[in-house]
Amino acid sequence: MTASGFAAGPAAQAVAPGGGEAFEPLLPGLILLLPLLGFAGNGILALAAARGGAARLRSGEAGAGGEPERRLVHALPTWLGPGSVALAFVLSALNFARMAGVELHDPVIRHYWSWMATGPFTAEVALQLDQLSVIMNLIITGVGSLIHLFSVGYMREDPGYARYFCYLNLFVFFMLVLVMGAGFPLMFVGWEGVGLCSYLLIGFWFEDREKADAGKKAFIVNRIGDFGFLLGIFLLFRHLGAVDYVGVFAAAPEAFSYGDPVVTAVALLLLLGAIGKSAQVPLYVWLPDAMAGPTPVSALIHAATMVTAGVYLIARAGVLFALAPVGSAAAATIGAVTALFSATIALKQYDIKKVLAYSTVSQLGFMFMAVGAGAYVAGIFHLMTHAFFKALLFLGAGAVIHSMHHALHATHREWDAQDMRNMGDLRRYLPMTWITMGTATLAIAGIWPFAGFFSKDEIIWYTGARAEGEFAVLYAALWAIALVAAVLTAVYMTRLMVLTFHGNQRFGESEARNLHEEPVTMTVPLAVLALLAVFGGWINVPPAVHDSFFGGFGLLPMSEWLHYWLEPVTAAADGIRAAGAGPYSESAPLGGGEVLWAAVATTAAAAAILLTMRALAGREVRPADESSPPEGGLARVLHDKWYVDEAYDRVIVRPVVGASRFAWRWIDQFVIDGAVDGIGALVRGLGWAGSLLQTGQVTTYAVILALGALTILGALIL
Amino acid sequence: MLTEALVLGALLFVIGMLGVLVRRNAIIVFLSIELQLNAVNLSFVALSRYLGIEGQLFVFFIMTVAAAEAAVGLAIIISIFRHYESVNVENFSLLRW
Repeated sequence: MTASGFAAGPAAQAVAPGGGEAFEPLLPGLILLLPLLGFAGNGILALAAARGGAARLRSGEAGAGGEPERRLVHALPTWLGPGSVALAFVLSALNFARMAGVELHDPVIRHYWSWMATGPFTAEVALQLDQLSVIMNLIITGVGSLIHLFSVGYMREDPGYARYFCYLNLFVFFMLVLVMGAGFPLMFVGWEGVGLCSYLLIGFWFEDREKADAGKKAFIVNRIGDFGFLLGIFLLFRHLGAVDYVGVFAAAPEAFSYGDPVVTAVALLLLLGAIGKSAQVPLYVWLPDAMAGPTPVSALIHAATMVTAGVYLIARAGVLFALAPVGSAAAATIGAVTALFSATIALKQYDIKKVLAYSTVSQLGFMFMAVGAGAYVAGIFHLMTHAFFKALLFLGAGAVIHSMHHALHATHREWDAQDMRNMGDLRRYLPMTWITMGTATLAIAGIWPFAGFFSKDEIIWYTGARAEGEFAVLYAALWAIALVAAVLTAVYMTRLMVLTFHGNQRFGESEARNLHEEPVTMTVPLAVLALLAVFGGWINVPPAVHDSFFGGFGLLPMSEWLHYWLEPVTAAADGIRAAGAGPYSESAPLGGGEVLWAAVATTAAAAAILLTMRALAGREVRPADESSPPEGGLARVLHDKWYVDEAYDRVIVRPVVGASRFAWRWIDQFVIDGAVDGIGALVRGLGWAGSLLQTGQVTTYAVILALGALTILGALIL
Repeated sequence: MLTEALVLGALLFVIGMLGVLVRRNAIIVFLSIELQLNAVNLSFVALSRYLGIEGQLFVFFIMTVAAAEAAVGLAIIISIFRHYESVNVENFSLLRW
């Protein structure tokens, strides 16, 4: 793909109904191309660095490379990595501004080339620019550039610095392909690409066997989901003859009736793909292990962007899910179960990143609940606010780990820098991190007026409002689960904050002298994300809330902005859902309006925070090597993550390994190898028997010759 | 007349064949082979009277080849004898696997 091919593609097929101004996208291909260029540049540098290192190793020269070379492999990626993504963000923002300036109802599609055309099947390489993909672009490149910037400080001393940015840029490229592709095949390309980058970055420190295994686990578990996704695409093509969004969403309502079994199957298969990528029950097990990667990677890939691809998929395919109420209900149920289940596990983890990982799984469950209830905008809204505050939490955790690691390293103490039992009272040493992470905690807990309050409240409200008509009881139950999970969120996040930043100081004074606040490249992203975590939710305040106390009695500038913005994308799905399942109810399952339940939820969350702080206040926490896991009971079960990994190991992994061993030992080594070796042995044996005839005695040959001649003669005569 | 000639040829051939099969001395084996060749020659000559001159023609070829073979064969036997001081074919079985 050449620069000109991408940047100066054929003219956009912009149609502006109503005679308004047409939306002219600004170099959409370049948004993709910039991270790809960054990938190529950093890749070359990484290869050069690796080659230099290998040469030094061969020549026996000890220590790191020369200063000029070190500067090259460090300075260039520092500009190339974050720079390319930041430029892509600027381009995305310009496109967003252009789109906001015009009335755009139909997506703008740019065709580049035909990927494959066999018979009736054609897959185009085309980018789709509509309200949804532009919003996703902003999130990916915006949060992405902040995390790239943070990585400059975080990965500064890593020998694989250039390789790190190479992978990270490639990830951004594939993520943009995923959201900008104009059809399911291209989305699948991005889908697999981000999976690859996730694998590469989880196993970034591959010298550690455990970390390399975590990467493999993520890849293999995702294969199960990808299989479903691919089958879903095949089924769509079989019945609709199209795989691009415009074609599919135009044909689906005509080809399928509401609740048609085929469209239900498609929705369930796509849901399987989404479950794998977005780490939902039962395929969530890879995400906690994925914390083996560098912490900014966890922030970008395993919190803000890649894992939300499943939510994006369902929102994008909203028409199909709206036609398949069973598929939607399944998505909502899985989301609710996941939200509650992983929130309980997060209650008893001690690794700071593990708590955040389970929290991410739980929040993704909320998003699934939203899209499963047909509230696609609410799902995307929570996706966005979650990207802000969860990226912030992960980066904050990264700053904590980085500081702890340095302090422990300076004093040569063999402690785990990620275990919260080894921290305590860090707010005295890392005030900036404390404040920003505190903001994110309030946001994720759903405290008014932080971002999470508005997005989570909307999800809970829409889930409850679906408790009418079909699956009424189910959605009512999910609504109750969502409320409980929301309260649990406040509990485990408060526990994380108290264990890390408050309470008694577990490390010694010598470590404390080595604890410093992080450099500016790391604190600036924290500050920016903290601002977004506060104000990010104000773009989509529902009208009822907007006019109440929570909306400042109408003082907030924008009411339901995101809802109106995404309207052209979600209108078709909303229409089908409303026609099939009836309108949303006006009150929650237990009565009461949106404002009342928003108040209940935020009060409950605030109460949970205060109670948790009280329960933990004054409690003496021992360092990790002096404590033991909880004794029995529910606490022990939660600490051991409900033994799900063990159960999977027993039920799936070991039988598969056993069957593989059987196939290896018996089918392959015995039957197949035996057959091949047997034929060889047979031929050798026959040859050996034949060689016995060759005695070297001339007389024997003469006898055989004579006997042969006589036999032939006899045969001729008789 | 033909019958007698063919019977004589057959007798000579069988004698030669038995000589090849039962004798151990390489010279005798060699001579027996010559006897077989000449038995065939006799049959050719006898039959050429009825079937055409080609039979006699063939005899000349056989005699030529036999002469060449005798030269080479005797040379081999002599060189073997120089090496082993023996011409007993039972002693020579190196040409095998």
